[in-house]
Amino acid sequence: MIQTTHSANPVTKERRDRFLSRRSVIEMRARERARALLDRGSFRELLGPFDRLESPWLPLQGIVPESDDGVIIARGQLAGQPAVIMAIEGAFQGGGMGEVSASKIAGALALARRDCASSKPILPVLLLETGGVRLQEANLGEAVVAEIHAEIIALRRHVPVIGVITGMVGCFGGMSITAGLCSYLVIFPQGRLELNGPEVIEQEAGIDELDASDKRLIWSLMGGEQRYETGFADALVEDDAELLKQTIRDLAARGIPARHRSEKVEEYRRSLANIDPAAPPDGPALRRMWPKGDMQ
Amino acid sequence: MSIITPLSSRGRTWFQALAEKAQPVDTGLGSVLVADATWGGERVRLLAIVPDQRNRFPRAQHGELGLEEGWALAHHVREAIAADSSDAKRPIIAIVDVQSQAYGRLEALLGIHLSLAAAADAYATARMAGHPVVALIVGTALSGGLLAHGDQAHRLLALDAPGVIVHAMRKASAARITRRTVEELDELGKTVIPMAYDIRQFAKLGLLHELIAGIDADAPSAAQVAQVEERVAAAIADIRKRPGDLTARLDNPEAKVHRAASIEVRKRLAEQWDAS
Repeated sequence: MIQTTHSANPVTKERRDRFLSRRSVIEMRARERARALLDRGSFRELLGPFDRLESPWLPLQGIVPESDDGVIIARGQLAGQPAVIMAIEGAFQGGGMGEVSASKIAGALALARRDCASSKPILPVLLLETGGVRLQEANLGEAVVAEIHAEIIALRRHVPVIGVITGMVGCFGGMSITAGLCSYLVIFPQGRLELNGPEVIEQEAGIDELDASDKRLIWSLMGGEQRYETGFADALVEDDAELLKQTIRDLAARGIPARHRSEKVEEYRRSLANIDPAAPPDGPALRRMWPKGDMQ
Repeated sequence: MSIITPLSSRGRTWFQALAEKAQPVDTGLGSVLVADATWGGERVRLLAIVPDQRNRFPRAQHGELGLEEGWALAHHVREAIAADSSDAKRPIIAIVDVQSQAYGRLEALLGIHLSLAAAADAYATARMAGHPVVALIVGTALSGGLLAHGDQAHRLLALDAPGVIVHAMRKASAARITRRTVEELDELGKTVIPMAYDIRQFAKLGLLHELIAGIDADAPSAAQVAQVEERVAAAIADIRKRPGDLTARLDNPEAKVHRAASIEVRKRLAEQWDAS
């Protein structure tokens, strides 16, 4: 069964028809996702598999590399405007960022900034399905993820940077910081966003802290709907390529936010000061305290 | 109420050594130390994360970068940016000895990812605003801890001493997740350089501006503290000559050998960017 944003509503004919006619983004691979978002005929992949830029580190560990290292960079038009899609393939190494895959994203962001700075606007869109840094390339993966952060912070002064968290891997680790830096973040109900994966929290802090097998609890903390309702994401969309494309277009049209979420330092400090860790809120309570990020 | 002696940590040791006679800044948190010191007539802002057994968030009591720590770093870095907006830009120095990020249920709920993003954002904003930003690694620099507190610096410096470790994940956890033993992981680090925990292997990646040798990281002498201060000051002078951004980490002899793939990706992407 598909979760929707209106799960309390009865299933109307209109909704049923839309469900049946939708094109699931979750079921697509990264390349298809990029193709689905770009206007028909405009998709052009950069550093595609035939360029054979593979991880130099995986074969040393007996792991078969892929010729795109799990990241698709595609230029084209999105709703008639120039765009670059940076899509992470969650099915390869859990979407983990290695030297090559992360450099593809950092490099594309840098080129987008060069274009925007010379009056050639281009909309950057990140499709984030990733466990974070690829542990087989640990320090280099992390170093290049830091480069991605630096590039987003520099680029979003010129153009809104849009992040999308689809399913089913979610967006974790150093790449959850990337999501936090985006101008606008779109999340599917099936998406999860957190710095630490549930298994890592259980492993580091113990099962009393978090039982990683308690799915209801996990989703109440970091699931797409929860993140949207508490203001950590700007849009919650159903799993449909056309809906996603419209959402991205609408967010881009809002322009650069007056202040990015990661710049709202005083609001978050005040709000955190009102939290009592000895009597912590649960997911539903936080929705009431921080409705859509409008914190008192 | 019992008196709790502050837990010792390299972060605290080096903060106190480098911030001697400095003006402390009240952060309201026992885990975040900030001070403005005067080095050679110039004001510099020092920031460190230290263990605090009384931290009201239990998962951040051992020197982890927790929810409040990330936002506090962001606040105190931005405070310096705002204060210096029409003035000389004071250098900002992150003293890095961070266990990792805090792992917990409440941390997940309250968005620790955004807290770390805010800290990274503030350091990067300072860098772009013209503040020389240096990270000095004196102990462990693990995972999100370094991404939030250090990685956005113009220059990374580290002590060449036992216990100075940079990595994406604690060794035991990384072993479990990659289905290896700790011994296998150590062995692998000798040939697969990015997998190593040892700071000398890390230096081969070209990410460090300088590895400072001959220093007792746990109990530095006055002469050693002066030596480290002098090297950080030299890095600040270097930044003023060649500010740049993080791509400076690709432009050095070590990177040309061990980050050839990063360089190749950026080069070929630029070639294909405008091709029809």
